[in-house]
Amino acid sequence: MDALEKQLYASPRNLRYLMTVAILLIVLFVWSLSAINLNNFEQSGWEVATSIITGILQPETDLLFNFTSKGVMYLLVETMAIAFLGTIAGACLAVPLAFLSASNVVPGPVAWLTRILLIFIRTVPALVYGLMFIRVAGQGPFAGVLTIAVISIGMLSKLFVDAIEDLDTSILESMTSIGCSTFEKIRYGILPQLFSMFSSIIIYRFDMNLREASILGLVGAGGIGAPLIFAMNSYRWTEVGAILIGLVVLILLVEFFSNRIRTKLVRG
Amino acid sequence: MYDKIFPPAKIVLPNGKIVQEKKSRTPIILVLLLIATILSIRFTDFEMSVLRDRWHQFFVIVNEMIPPNWEYFDHVWKPLMDTIKMSLLGSLLGSIAAVPAAYLASSNIMNRTIASISKFILSILRTLPTLVTALIATFIFGLGTLAGTVAIFLFTVAYVGKLLYEQIENAEMGSFEAMESTGMTRLQSFRYAVFPQVLPNYLSTSLFCFEGNVRYAAILGYVGAGGVGLLLHEGLGWRDYASVGMILLMLVITVFIIEQISEHFRKKLI
Repeated sequence: MDALEKQLYASPRNLRYLMTVAILLIVLFVWSLSAINLNNFEQSGWEVATSIITGILQPETDLLFNFTSKGVMYLLVETMAIAFLGTIAGACLAVPLAFLSASNVVPGPVAWLTRILLIFIRTVPALVYGLMFIRVAGQGPFAGVLTIAVISIGMLSKLFVDAIEDLDTSILESMTSIGCSTFEKIRYGILPQLFSMFSSIIIYRFDMNLREASILGLVGAGGIGAPLIFAMNSYRWTEVGAILIGLVVLILLVEFFSNRIRTKLVRG
Repeated sequence: MYDKIFPPAKIVLPNGKIVQEKKSRTPIILVLLLIATILSIRFTDFEMSVLRDRWHQFFVIVNEMIPPNWEYFDHVWKPLMDTIKMSLLGSLLGSIAAVPAAYLASSNIMNRTIASISKFILSILRTLPTLVTALIATFIFGLGTLAGTVAIFLFTVAYVGKLLYEQIENAEMGSFEAMESTGMTRLQSFRYAVFPQVLPNYLSTSLFCFEGNVRYAAILGYVGAGGVGLLLHEGLGWRDYASVGMILLMLVITVFIIEQISEHFRKKLI
């Protein structure tokens, strides 16, 4: 047996563990297959599929480049405004909650309770919040802003907490040793560490919120969702095509720029 | 560009060296953000006074949800399981299909044209909101869990595929080249040189995606794509908020359990 072979056999084997996981996965797979029933599959499906594709390939250009309040451009700007304002409001709400659930800032039980609250806030689907806020603000983009603000809290504070708990405290120690005051320590020791991380997280969330805002129209909370659903339900596929193309292009553009800004923020 | 309008300040160090301090860009960014905020407020009719006067309306529904309607448990159980099955099946098949998709999209293994075409398709799939995909799927596959599974499958392929091809492109290619030079095919060397490198991360991403998918699957029923969302839609439509409270409570517990399990495995992987 030469050295190479020895090295090969020296690798740890956890075959039993892997087999257990694999069997578990297969069992789960088979179990989940039972949810699928093909009975509802209709012959008209293919026709719809082809008409969707032709609709997307030949979008209604009048609608796409229409700048009035019914056109795709206006709706896209409105969706973006909802996502933007919602993200800012959500970030303002998330910062205190994040500090309250960071285990190195507040005592254990407080952090734990805030975390439970955050899990609750995070799991309630966006559409449910949408309906709740329509009671507050009436139908329209305002309700959308409030909804986006609340649904961003969960993820934002979770990521903020990670950033806060990773804080390099040795910097604060060295600042104390050269005689900095508390305010100076916060301004020059903590803020620079958190600021770039926080802004990167917020930009990332804005990216996601744009997607969320585009479906809020389903419950009447403004944005491009409502016209999209109406067009689909009345089988106007060329309109659907125009809206979808606008939405995809906008989201891709925003994603491209947000990625560039975020790499810049992280690398400094 | 910015440095030309606001020239950097020059500082003379004690040893005679001159260093330049670039002017801070924070003010201009703040001004831009302020303008964007004001424009957004205009566009969305945001009014603080409405919020101040009517914020308690938000808690009207919340109050009706508490206490939840415990008898509703039997009704929720099956659709909830359907939701989990949908997201499990979609995530499992999706993450398996993501491997060939990512293979085709990595520019260090495939040639550039194929890679960029695959990347383009993946990013379009990822961009479409899951709810919209599900809605389209209900038109094609009929109402029911199949449409939801398809929507989750497509999203998973796109999401896991994207993260996976980024991993593959950043993988260490030395062993890949070595294997190719010994006469292995591209696929074989991918299997033995690159795949083991990205495997832990791939599994972790898939688990993470599954976690998120359970949450997405919960609302897919809203457009008729099966699962617990259907009940949610019904309960909200009938203003039966106590039942909605029960659904949400069970959803929170399920998501929490699944998150704990997947976090356990993800910590083990990395």
